[in-house]
Amino acid sequence: MRDDPTVFPESPVWAGEGTSRVPFWAYTREDLYKKELDRFFYNGHWCYVGLEAEIPNAGDFRRTVVGERSVIMVRDPEGHVNVVENVCAHRGMRFCRERHGHAKDFFCPYHQWNYNLKGDLQGVPFLRGVKQEGKVNGGMPKDFKVADHGLTKLKVAVRGGVVFASFDHEVEPLETFLGPTILKYFDRVFDGRKLEILGYRRQRIPGNWKLMQENIKDPYHPGLLHTWFSTFGLWRADNKSELKMDEHFRHAAMISTRGQGGKNADVVSGVDSFKDQMKLNDPRLLDIVPEPWWGGPTAVMTTLFPSVIIQQQVNSVSTRHIQPNGQGSFDFVWTHFGFADDTTEMKERRLIQANLFGPAGFVSADDGEVIEWSQEGFESKPSHRTLIEMGGTDIGDADHMVTETLIRGMYQYWRKVMGE
Amino acid sequence: MNMVDFKTYYELLTLYSDYAMVCDSPAWESWPDFFVEEGVYRLQPRENFEQGLPLCLLALESKNMIRDRVYGVKETLYHDPYYQRHIVGTPRILSIEQGIEGERITSEANYTVIRTKYDGESTVFNVGYYHDVILRTPDGLKFLSRLCVYDSEMIANSLIYPI
Repeated sequence: MRDDPTVFPESPVWAGEGTSRVPFWAYTREDLYKKELDRFFYNGHWCYVGLEAEIPNAGDFRRTVVGERSVIMVRDPEGHVNVVENVCAHRGMRFCRERHGHAKDFFCPYHQWNYNLKGDLQGVPFLRGVKQEGKVNGGMPKDFKVADHGLTKLKVAVRGGVVFASFDHEVEPLETFLGPTILKYFDRVFDGRKLEILGYRRQRIPGNWKLMQENIKDPYHPGLLHTWFSTFGLWRADNKSELKMDEHFRHAAMISTRGQGGKNADVVSGVDSFKDQMKLNDPRLLDIVPEPWWGGPTAVMTTLFPSVIIQQQVNSVSTRHIQPNGQGSFDFVWTHFGFADDTTEMKERRLIQANLFGPAGFVSADDGEVIEWSQEGFESKPSHRTLIEMGGTDIGDADHMVTETLIRGMYQYWRKVMGE
Repeated sequence: MNMVDFKTYYELLTLYSDYAMVCDSPAWESWPDFFVEEGVYRLQPRENFEQGLPLCLLALESKNMIRDRVYGVKETLYHDPYYQRHIVGTPRILSIEQGIEGERITSEANYTVIRTKYDGESTVFNVGYYHDVILRTPDGLKFLSRLCVYDSEMIANSLIYPI
């Protein structure tokens, strides 16, 4: 007879020290999710908020999120990027409703409190009361100081045109947070060139937010799930590749160089997604032109824990922002961009290759689907666990794709921070 | 604008309703046939359209590329199967011109697409409008371009079948 026959354990404990078997309840428990928001999104970590190119001029702002908290990224009159929380100091209203725009100041319509673009409170109506028939009615208390009641200001770091923010003003410097290995891959894309925003794509995925981090720490699946990757050799087990992590195993880079594709029996025999006879009717979908800044690899997928993925897949580049909303759902926001010095042809190429990605992409649409189906499995029997043992049970960098080591690494970090 | 004759308007209505029925049936091989060879299909979030940003959810730049999408839908995209149902409003004609290639109609219509997954309720999946440039060809009216600008802020996970 089993010791604990319940499917819904009341005080679940992660068995053993390893991370190759992740309990389903790690994806389904609301209490853990709230703890994740506190420990990963609101403390000790830098979260992605946007790109400088989205707010090029003084007064430009864009509303975005850190975890579930609404924040505004804004460029002030001195040209600095500030990030402030979208919660009025008075009655807590989420006052900024436009998604982007241009402003001289922020104000809350409810009682007309207004703030400058650094988040400092400027004015409170009837601060000293209202004179009527020789007496002063109301007003804030004598000891109320306007200077004490600004918007919550986040610490901001900008590197290579990418804006990160943290509610935690004690957070380590961004460069230390990323670590030297990951920083190198970050700087490979964001080397100071001016970016050009191409546009946005938004999807709501009914799965736990960690599954998206896992998806891009999982080099085992792309050549199997994604026909385009296996058939055209964009990403599969016989490609030259490397997997690298920071010292905490929280961030990772998956680095791959496109192979010839075709019928290497070792990697495609019996693989349902491989289509031997598939030919594109319009070859522009894969009109790949190598760019000098790639420095060799044709694809580098970088996961920055917890909030963002940086995509370079051949000529298509984007940031993918993870915006959790509950333990069973997150919004996934893609910002595709190019570089200001792109030729017209290169811009066109990036836009056509973008058909591979996003919520309808030839490649990426499947990722959202499998995340939804994973969550359904987890919800139905939280007492069970996943099996992440491809390539063994250890954690370390690799020079091939046939391993789930990056996911094991992420959960080692997760267990340490969460105390689970 | 000149009054459009009934025959032309009827042909336009037929084009819109035939297109919708093909999208809603599994006969997606017929989808490219609504376009001329150089025809363009774009499905674009409203926010990009209004900000002048070029990115689309799908930007299929030729009839051949639309054929590639059909192959993707039928053969390569692992997805939760679903039914969809288009409800397309009455088209409004913006202009009819006589160009060197013949008659050219510019028209628009609102659409709603309702999705139903197996074991699921029917939900509003994607809403927006079509902005079309249509040519009269020897084979009837064909799209030179169909731009779908959608309001739906969040794609409900993924979008597979044609809109």
